[in-house]
Amino acid sequence: MSEEVIKLPQEKIRYRDLIINGIVSENTIFKLAISLCPAIAVTNSLRNGFLMGIAVLFVQTMVNITVAAFRRFIHPRIRLPIFMLIISGWVSVTDMTMAAFAREAYKQMGLYIQLIVAFASILARAEMFASKNKIAPSMFDGIGMGLGFLFALTVISFFRELLGRGSLWGLQIVNTKPLLIMILPAGGFLAVGILMAFFNWIDARYLKRASSHH
Amino acid sequence: MEAIKEKLIVSVSPHVRTEESVSRIMWTVNLALLPATVMAIYFFGIRALYVLSLSVMSAVFFEWAFEKFTKRPVTISDGSAFLTGLLLGMNLPSGVPFYLPVIGSFVAIVITKHLFGGLGYNIFNPALIGRAFLLLTWPRIMTTWLEPSGFTVDAKTTATPLMILKEEGIGRLLELFGDKANLYIHLFTGQRAGSLGETSVIAILIGGLFLLWRGYITWHIPLSFLGTSAVIAWVFGGKGVLFTGDPLIHLMSGGMMIGAFFMATDYVTSPMVRKAQIIFGIGCGFLTMLIRLKGGYPEGVMFAILIMNCFAPLLDRAFKTRVFGARKGQKK
Repeated sequence: MSEEVIKLPQEKIRYRDLIINGIVSENTIFKLAISLCPAIAVTNSLRNGFLMGIAVLFVQTMVNITVAAFRRFIHPRIRLPIFMLIISGWVSVTDMTMAAFAREAYKQMGLYIQLIVAFASILARAEMFASKNKIAPSMFDGIGMGLGFLFALTVISFFRELLGRGSLWGLQIVNTKPLLIMILPAGGFLAVGILMAFFNWIDARYLKRASSHH
Repeated sequence: MEAIKEKLIVSVSPHVRTEESVSRIMWTVNLALLPATVMAIYFFGIRALYVLSLSVMSAVFFEWAFEKFTKRPVTISDGSAFLTGLLLGMNLPSGVPFYLPVIGSFVAIVITKHLFGGLGYNIFNPALIGRAFLLLTWPRIMTTWLEPSGFTVDAKTTATPLMILKEEGIGRLLELFGDKANLYIHLFTGQRAGSLGETSVIAILIGGLFLLWRGYITWHIPLSFLGTSAVIAWVFGGKGVLFTGDPLIHLMSGGMMIGAFFMATDYVTSPMVRKAQIIFGIGCGFLTMLIRLKGGYPEGVMFAILIMNCFAPLLDRAFKTRVFGARKGQKK
């Protein structure tokens, strides 16, 4: 690399903070509001939402590790195509693994697994974090972001399946007439919006105040 | 000098205030809905009264509860929650189970209105979002219509004229109602299946004309809405042949009248600029007829108005009066 590396006043990065950052203060869905398409498309049942979250957690972590490992060899001018290649490689791994071991779920959400390639959140973390940091912090950053996404999708799909079908993970729980709208796309927007408002409210009310007392 | 001082009152603008207030406007609109309410109870019996009052009471309750919960000033006396509840009830079939109006009011008041900032800040018409939520959630209940049988106990389920028109064509409609004149009379007085408040064209017209006369709504939205719908119904409403459709049937059936006079003219969710209002009305009419003639639903007024609600701020901005002498695109 010919460019001079700008040395920032380097604080010691704590891995625990990286993970909490991904789940709470930079949560992909609830805070950054990116990658909303899968958050609405696959969250109409808890199983699909959870598996999608696991897939993204895996891809995000592996991409971050790979980018961080090769960051000295990637020329900055062509970094984005190379990040894309790395991402699509790991997505293919996920895709084939799911096709082999989770056939039923794959039938329903195979298309969305392949779409992980285009997730803004994964490319953004590769660009903003992994390409500037060492392997270990990058891995924890990936785990944090992935866990945040997994958490968001699980919560959204939990409420949508419970309200929309009266079941959880396919098991019937309540036998009243469910709110059909919750498993339609309109209900996805409603659920994402209300949960986003709820978590931001929690954040503003408790977390910010707690940190200002330090 | 002293004498002049008494005459000269120094104050900040605005200097001319009107007597109008939000609560006065809202209660006048409620009053204008009275004829339609009476006709709804006359045609659909005591059940209509239950559904309407339940929906009004729950709307007012949710408004009160949310404002208490968030420690805002309680505004239930301004009549806006009352109006939302009444309009929501007017848009329900008479045979709905009693939890439907309550859930609909919750969606309308809490989610559509207050979560967006309260009266004046909501993007969509609360009553219509409440109804859309119910229609998508319980499609079967929301499209089970009862015959207008007054206060007799056993009402039969039947199809609305628009459903018959869409499924079986105009021939069947004429067969059911006798001849065309009879059909028009039934539609005009409101003796047909449909949502509670939408059936009686004459009652809605009385209320709508009252609002027009008092100046609370202007002709721009209703006229462009109804006019566009009528033209499209006339040109494309026929079977295969252009210019053979019957605009009157389309105008007097479904929620067209209540939509044009009471829903699309909602102050908060419609444009303020006159030219923008005309475009808004044309858009509503076009989308309504598109859904009715080509879409999957027999009725499209609700979705048409909701879609146009999104465009209201844009339309206002596009048709805003330019400062005299300023060139286009030039900043003030």
